[in-house]
Amino acid sequence: MSIYSKDEAKEIMSRALKFSSADGCEISLSGNISGNIRYARNTVSTAGVNSNQNMTVQSNFGKKVGVATIDEFDDASLEKVVKRAEELAKLSPESPEFMPPLGPQTYEESKTAIQKTAEITPEFRAEVAASSINPAKKNGITAAGFFDDYSGFNSMMNSNGLFAFNKNTGMNFTVTMRTDDGTGSGWSTRDYNDVSMFDAAEASQIAIDKALMSREAKAIEPGKYTVILEPAASIGLLGNMFRSFNARSADEGRSFMAKEGGGNKLGERIVDERVNVYSDPFNEIVPTSTWTGDGFPRKKIDWLENGVVKNLSYSRFWADKKGVDPVPFPRNAIMEGGDASLEDLIKDTKKGILVTRLWYIRGVDPQTLLYTGLTRDGTFYIENGKIKHPIKNFRFNESPIIMLNNLETLGKQVRIDGNLIPYMKIRDFTFTSLSDAV
Amino acid sequence: MKRRNFIHTAALGAGLLAAPIPIFGKNIFVEELLNPGMDVATKKALADVALNTARGLGATYADARIGRYLNQYVFTREKMVQNTVNTESFGIGIRVIANGTWGFASTNDVTPDGIKKATELAISVAKANSKIQTDDVVLAPVQGYGDVSWKTPIEKSSMSVPVSEKVDLLLEANARALENGADYISSALFSVNEQKYFASTEGSYIDQDVHRIWPTLNVTAIDKASGKFKNRQGLAAPMGMGYEYLIPDKSEEIMGAGGVVLYRNRYDIVADAIASAKQAKEMLTAKSVEAGKYDLVLEPNHLGLTIHESVGHPLELDRVLGYEANYAGTSFATLDKLEAGDFNYGNELVNLVADKTQPHSLGAVGYDDEGVKCKKWDLVRNGTLVNYQAIRDQVHMIGQNESHGCCYSQSWNDVQFQRMPNVSLEPGKEKYSINDMIKDVEKGIYLVGRGSYSIDQQRYNFQFGGTLTYEIKNGEITGMVNDAAYQSNTQEFWNSCAKICDKDDYRIFGSFFDGKGQPSQVSAVSHGCSTTRFNGVNVINTGRNI
Repeated sequence: MSIYSKDEAKEIMSRALKFSSADGCEISLSGNISGNIRYARNTVSTAGVNSNQNMTVQSNFGKKVGVATIDEFDDASLEKVVKRAEELAKLSPESPEFMPPLGPQTYEESKTAIQKTAEITPEFRAEVAASSINPAKKNGITAAGFFDDYSGFNSMMNSNGLFAFNKNTGMNFTVTMRTDDGTGSGWSTRDYNDVSMFDAAEASQIAIDKALMSREAKAIEPGKYTVILEPAASIGLLGNMFRSFNARSADEGRSFMAKEGGGNKLGERIVDERVNVYSDPFNEIVPTSTWTGDGFPRKKIDWLENGVVKNLSYSRFWADKKGVDPVPFPRNAIMEGGDASLEDLIKDTKKGILVTRLWYIRGVDPQTLLYTGLTRDGTFYIENGKIKHPIKNFRFNESPIIMLNNLETLGKQVRIDGNLIPYMKIRDFTFTSLSDAV
Repeated sequence: MKRRNFIHTAALGAGLLAAPIPIFGKNIFVEELLNPGMDVATKKALADVALNTARGLGATYADARIGRYLNQYVFTREKMVQNTVNTESFGIGIRVIANGTWGFASTNDVTPDGIKKATELAISVAKANSKIQTDDVVLAPVQGYGDVSWKTPIEKSSMSVPVSEKVDLLLEANARALENGADYISSALFSVNEQKYFASTEGSYIDQDVHRIWPTLNVTAIDKASGKFKNRQGLAAPMGMGYEYLIPDKSEEIMGAGGVVLYRNRYDIVADAIASAKQAKEMLTAKSVEAGKYDLVLEPNHLGLTIHESVGHPLELDRVLGYEANYAGTSFATLDKLEAGDFNYGNELVNLVADKTQPHSLGAVGYDDEGVKCKKWDLVRNGTLVNYQAIRDQVHMIGQNESHGCCYSQSWNDVQFQRMPNVSLEPGKEKYSINDMIKDVEKGIYLVGRGSYSIDQQRYNFQFGGTLTYEIKNGEITGMVNDAAYQSNTQEFWNSCAKICDKDDYRIFGSFFDGKGQPSQVSAVSHGCSTTRFNGVNVINTGRNI
């Protein structure tokens, strides 16, 4: 039994808490069942199912903290794990940044768990693989893909009366389609809380179409180009930018968000004024848990409003030190988009490049948030509103900050890796060299 | 049962921040790291339960891995300990071939009954998968070794060193860095002990005790007025060693160019922390590089990562065949290039070897995770591609009948698959010092340590930066430069190799958490080389004004 109901979780943690004699005790209980299937060379390579359940107990005496874990929940085991955490706490040095457990909190519900996803079977996973492999074979293409799904719960309780519970489900799918002669490659990805929104055949067909379209790619000179970035292409750069929205590293002077002369960039405009980004655990398309690991409530938070930095995340420790309210790091990012479809964006482009995805993105300079990486699995030259021909892949060196200052058009939003990101047309995106990789 | 948690730390430096560190198993008391665990006779009896059950259910092959995986991670920043983690994971993984198809199952119920059930599950997985399998598994023959054992040759187990001693050392390094101008410092120590027992129907019962260690540090220097900051990572390599790696020894230090002190088989973390602070401050005022063609002199702790990315990964046979196409990618080094027998991977100076036996390396073990005795073999000889990295069920695809012995699983509950062995560049035969690499360079750059790194999915185009970068003009180091990264193509790069220092400069670099596969598994691997020069490589300026 890995997935407990709210009442069951509450009962188990209440029993554990009774064994606590520390100044403070915080208990987390979680469990999940996950399954996956992997295929390559047009055949299934591995498949598996895992389940786990785990309790973590954190006890503190003053600022001395100990942590212990266990996966059995009878009374003897619960007593053992609580006593172990307490013994470890007594042996530990003081943790200067320890924050005591929060008091009771109120959380609103977010619909993160969908029963149909929790009921995914091995047969369903095999059908997903078949939905890629069968059409691939018919098109002279070799499919390689990975589908995984999970259903789980997270809950916590502490000695100050806090209780939180969340159930969640999800699935992720990626597929790479390569032409048998190795000259074309296409890719697509999907992720949902609700598997009924997933169409494996549709996603596979997009990758097949891109593979076929990307054969006989032509080399064009590296340089600055107008690009249309699919959300799967921009999310890597945007994700790295979002991770810099941290008050502590900014205040310490060691992030892009640090300001000349000290302090941080809160209130400064850093990107085009059409850029609005927020996080929202209650968004129906990308719902997330409404509380953080220590039980702090998550709410809708604006991060960029009209290109201006509206919030930075503050841990409880840093907020206390700075005399402000904590702002938890978000679980999703929602970037407002426009009405234009991908086809509309292409139609409105005189000369440009359509990018399916970016790969092997690594930081080059944390000062400017400069990143490098490469285009992959479908890069196309656009001329006079039409895709003219596939082009060889490029290496880029670009900062998401520069990219969002060079914004031309925002298109429709798409769910990608649990976020909502629009198609984007960007001018002067910097490609620095050519790659022969297909 | 599977427990897997991840932690994030700043101690590894900016380059690795995106990669969470996997933690397996349950938290334990530090004393429990020294428990001997299950005795070998019991492991053998239990492994036989798996093998006999598998045979009885029609398996044509079976192996069982009883694993106890111990980790200790200690994290500090400035004057405080951030976290110490001691974990243990214990269980058994059983792999079988039934109906010509692989099946795998694992359990932490290491009892005859638990093992029997897991073996039955592995058989049922194999039989179910055989319905969609197109070709039967073909295993290269391997000798049954009987009862054998192997242990990493360490002088002092890191697990036996009190946490307080480790904390004191890290905090001392932090304090000295702060005294010498660092604004911030994070440091960490990773200690790993894999106690692995392998048994197979081939007649092997192999008991191994594997140790690895990795000290890290990351220093930040800040100029508040300009808002500039610079990071300098430590120059330690993760090693297949015990705590002795952290006992300084002057005879294991190498004086690099530009006054940089480099380390071979012993590391002085305090001295490196002090140097890091001074060099990070120096970076704040260093000039920006001028883009163009340069001769590159690459220090082993830097070149190791270039070898890893441009040689190690593209010569993994499973990548070449397409098994990794949906994740890390495929390879430019296709089968026809090996078959041709004359594919010019680099020029004749370039000899790249795979070696699972190299002392102090992360990949060194006696036997791999499918019971094959480890060895050394050529990948590139005199510049020509001569082999890949392959395991028992792959080598027949390249016309060979002996596994290379590079099969690995990160734990008992993950299935083993082909992983990169240590891949190293042989030192030059002529006697050359680091200064010999530099003295006849008109316009060059000396790169030390790992920095930014990125390579495409077929391993053609790459871009690398270093921890420390120095300009060379007319045979001399003229000072530090910022914003330098080199871009090249694997084949062009290895053909631009101009000169390699001899064995006296040879040392190893390592990757402690190298990821591969879906679901992803980590492995640890080393890359040895001497300081090497590459002529006429394209260097770009990565500075931007925002």
